[in-house]
Amino acid sequence: MDINPILLLAALMVASTPILLAAIGELVVERAGVLNLGVEGMMIVGAVCGYIAGHSSGNPYFGFVGAACAGAVVSLVFAVLTQFLLTNQVATGLGLTMFGLGLSSLIGQDAVGSPDLTVAKLSFPILSDIPVLGPILFRHDLMVYLSIVIVAGVWAFLKYSRAGLILRAVGENHEAAHALGYNVRRVRVFAILFGGACAGLAGAYISLVRVPQWIDGITAGAGWIALAIVVFASWKPWRLIAGAYLFGGVTVLQLNLQAEGLKIPVEYLSMAPYLATIIVLVMIRAGRAPASLGKPFHPSS
Amino acid sequence: MLRLEKRPQPSRAWTYGAPVLAVILTIIFGMGLFAILGKDPLIAIKTIFWDPIFGPFAHFYRPEIVKKAAPLVLIAVGLSFGFRAGIWNIGAEGQYIIGAICGAGVALAFYPMEARWLIFPLMIVVGLVGGLLWAMIPAILRVVFKTNEILVSLMLVYVAEVLIKAFSIGLLRNPEGFGMPGSRNLRQYPSAANLDLIPNTGFHWGALAALMAVVAAYILFTRHQFGFNVRLAGQSPRAAGFAGVNANRLVILCMGISGALAGLAGLFEVAGPSGQILGSFPAFYGFTAIIVAFLGRLHPVGILFAGLIMALTYIGGQAAEAQLNLPAAAILTFQGMLLFCLLAVDVLTNYRFKFGQREAR
Amino acid sequence: MKLLELQGLTKAYPGVIANSDVSFDIDKGQIHAVLGENGAGKSTLVKTIYGLVRPDKGQMLLEGAPFAPTDPRSARAAGVAMVFQHFSLFDAMSVAENIALGMENPPKTQDLATQIQAASENYGLPLSPDRIVGDLSAGERQRVEIIRCLLQNPKLLIMDEPTSVLTPQEVDILFGTLRLLASEGTSILYISHKLQEIRALCEHATVLRQGKVVGTFDPREMSNRDMAEMMVGKTLTTPKRAAVTTGQPLLQVSGLSAPSPHQFGTSLKEISFTLHAGEVLGIGGVAGNGQDELVAALSGEIRTSDDMILLEDQGIGADGPNARRALGLCAAPEERNGHAAAPDMSLVENALMTAKTRLSLLKKGFIDWPRSRAFAQEVIARFDVRTPSPETAARALSGGNLQKFVIGREIIQNPRVLVINQPTWGVDAAAAAAIRQALLDLASAGSAVLVISQDLEEVLEITDRFAALNEGTLSQAVPTAGLTMEKIGLMLGGAHDLEVAHA
Repeated sequence: MDINPILLLAALMVASTPILLAAIGELVVERAGVLNLGVEGMMIVGAVCGYIAGHSSGNPYFGFVGAACAGAVVSLVFAVLTQFLLTNQVATGLGLTMFGLGLSSLIGQDAVGSPDLTVAKLSFPILSDIPVLGPILFRHDLMVYLSIVIVAGVWAFLKYSRAGLILRAVGENHEAAHALGYNVRRVRVFAILFGGACAGLAGAYISLVRVPQWIDGITAGAGWIALAIVVFASWKPWRLIAGAYLFGGVTVLQLNLQAEGLKIPVEYLSMAPYLATIIVLVMIRAGRAPASLGKPFHPSS
Repeated sequence: MLRLEKRPQPSRAWTYGAPVLAVILTIIFGMGLFAILGKDPLIAIKTIFWDPIFGPFAHFYRPEIVKKAAPLVLIAVGLSFGFRAGIWNIGAEGQYIIGAICGAGVALAFYPMEARWLIFPLMIVVGLVGGLLWAMIPAILRVVFKTNEILVSLMLVYVAEVLIKAFSIGLLRNPEGFGMPGSRNLRQYPSAANLDLIPNTGFHWGALAALMAVVAAYILFTRHQFGFNVRLAGQSPRAAGFAGVNANRLVILCMGISGALAGLAGLFEVAGPSGQILGSFPAFYGFTAIIVAFLGRLHPVGILFAGLIMALTYIGGQAAEAQLNLPAAAILTFQGMLLFCLLAVDVLTNYRFKFGQREAR
Repeated sequence: MKLLELQGLTKAYPGVIANSDVSFDIDKGQIHAVLGENGAGKSTLVKTIYGLVRPDKGQMLLEGAPFAPTDPRSARAAGVAMVFQHFSLFDAMSVAENIALGMENPPKTQDLATQIQAASENYGLPLSPDRIVGDLSAGERQRVEIIRCLLQNPKLLIMDEPTSVLTPQEVDILFGTLRLLASEGTSILYISHKLQEIRALCEHATVLRQGKVVGTFDPREMSNRDMAEMMVGKTLTTPKRAAVTTGQPLLQVSGLSAPSPHQFGTSLKEISFTLHAGEVLGIGGVAGNGQDELVAALSGEIRTSDDMILLEDQGIGADGPNARRALGLCAAPEERNGHAAAPDMSLVENALMTAKTRLSLLKKGFIDWPRSRAFAQEVIARFDVRTPSPETAARALSGGNLQKFVIGREIIQNPRVLVINQPTWGVDAAAAAAIRQALLDLASAGSAVLVISQDLEEVLEITDRFAALNEGTLSQAVPTAGLTMEKIGLMLGGAHDLEVAHA
């Protein structure tokens, strides 16, 4: 047994980033009172579109922008169906996941990549050279830091801004928000689009950095784990980081153990992230969900 | 400006009309999709929807449609109980896989003994119980710990997929299979084979089970207290509590029924059309059945028709793949669009569109 | 000097004309009442003024200029503020956040807190900006709404049925605040169906009936009876009952304690009372003091230990709703749509919902539809429920008709004990009279009736004994005869913490 803890922790941050990105988007959606179970579908469409945009332009950041746009476009379908045609959010979210899996595979059938497209690792003067902490924290690519910046931004937005206050109000009691004159649907549509864009980014991070390759079904349940982490975090942004890094840790450890050729068969090790999700869901008493979560709203009264 | 207005009563006409409209809309959108893919849309639609039933090779396709429809209907009927009650078992795919592993495990344990009167019924029971127990995990976690059953049942699908891969190269691998992954083929083991009851129709034991499930569900929903309680709990949970419906028992029962039927579907599939435990055994039936359940409006008879239509898109899709080189993923996308259209037109049942001045938002 | 002029406002919904040619004026600094029964069109009218509803015809003038708000925010910008009957508050948020949400340009958090403090002292409405709204009492929640309005210095303040959540003492204090506001030049549009209040507070009143203005007058110069007849359109008979003969105890509740199943609910603490055959016991209280929890504990939706509730000396505290129904305890919760009845189900299915046990509508779990339908038809016929057919969805019925159906459904089952929460809430006067009479008849026939109500006049009218529910505890029951509003108010907890602040 010979696993380098520094490399392990550094890999953990990379493995956690897609889950964190998808989860922070979904957190905003749920705080607005909408349950979008289509994270996996939006992610995988983001993954393929990001891959194609990145490789065809030769610039990975183009890929990320393209993925965010693709994720938002796909989420628009969900927004129209649930907010204007009042469809069941659970069923629509599931439909979005299936649709996304099919669509991504369709889009990606001829996708070709160039081997030399890489996302640069940043290096910070002094910080990156600190022993132990340097390689763990300060030698990652831009998206790792961006994901944390987005979490901080969402936290500040929800806590301090007027728009954040309105978004929370809509998620808490849409009838009252409507009675006060706020446009419940508009707030929710924007939240859903933000969630879609974040899921798209998350997908692109998998296909451009983490794997990096396009394969059918590449997200392999990461979108669902992101949904679980939102519950785990009790809808609080900072706790998402803990949740995402926990799952990243399980994944990385599991991969390392596989590589070490441990006695446990590979198959059983690869169950670990899914079993860990279930165990965490059971052990963590979920906090209070937004009161209007998942309920349809029709401004009729 | 177009706006929605709630109907005082659900519209009866649209209850039946909506699924038909959804299918038509999907065909229109699908034609657009096929055109984008560079295929002649009319030919593609004809290949998918017409040829398998009425075309020159229909005698070959029709039994295949029945074989595809059987597990879809069986699973979807089970899911319809939970979905009507607001209990979301999304992991039918996992229960289907576990049912197959358990049923095949029983058969392979007896191999090569010949005793169909014992082995086949035992397989059915064990497959059913396997799916049921797999579904009990999210059910019990929800009842005891209030854990979200959507996420847990879904995570268990990934676990089940890992398990079947492990079994196909481990415990259940065919010892005479030259080291290839996969179990013995149960179709070649007379005591365990699930063959057509009427030769060359595709109507195997699973199709019979699906029909029985449709009839039983119809009776439960229209005449029995249990079906009434399921509907009540789904529409008005507080009213259900007031009427004395035990919410926890309902979770256990609904998850149990859907798990058991999904397990049965898996068992009949592994003993029949598929024949062996293999890493590629999971065929997305558990997920497609969700679409089937909604397309059938969670009504047993509707589900029967929806299952046949969905099976048709599979078989027609395979034909289009072979003849027109249509990518397999196109059919998955097409099925997703079908679900979207269905959910979207459903709004007409409870709302009507009105032109007129807009109310304050 | 006119502040707001309404000219010929008309608004139709499918099947009903909510407002028909409504015209009247409100002067500056005037307290103007709009009076009418449930369904007379009061809500639609105030929603029109507040920009939530657009009229089909007619116009409004505010200080002489045309006023057509497209949404509540433009109404607020023009100086119109509104306190809702069902509060537009956010439980999980703080008082300050709630108030900020109701303002167009809220100041910084710190300044807002100071302003809240200042307003609450000026108007005698104590309120702490940091508290979570879900933890507040109904009266305190109303203060949040009022202060939210006052901080915007409105020209017109709309109050929609504000007193249903207040004790009589709190009502007096509220009226003091409103008079102070009016003297400072704010106009107040006061919506109510309670005649006493309007007489005590308002100089001008407009009566709506079936969407039309049927009279404008000075309420201090009209008798209650005349106002009531103008409002209802016909002479009402007060419910009558045969002489009270109280029999043996049927329901004994002792030391009933139960936590609330809801995060912001009220737990029940050591509740004890006895209900006798032939008796109507009234439990009064301001909303949110444990009424829902008490009904749930009695109906069987909340289970307790067996001996906390005895029905004819048999412990039933651990039984579920159907076991209790079998023994003769029936209940009707407050919320009709979604609790007492399933809105999307037909009346036949709704009849089956609670009657299956006592009327044996099930055979080995299979439903006897013909007999269920016959039972639904019996309820419809005996309780004069206006519906096209028993197959109609419950949500298509008006509030009064659905309430008659819900109560009729329980009464026809001939319960030994009937527990009922807010029997006439949101019901028109004729239906309310019929419901009250039916409850009295049930008691006269030897059953025991427990009426939980926030309408104190109703409690005084139909009950034999009265007890007050206050923060989950129940007072000793006293005979209703001889009780005054003043006394009831004190039993309900007086003015809570308000008196101190106002002194």
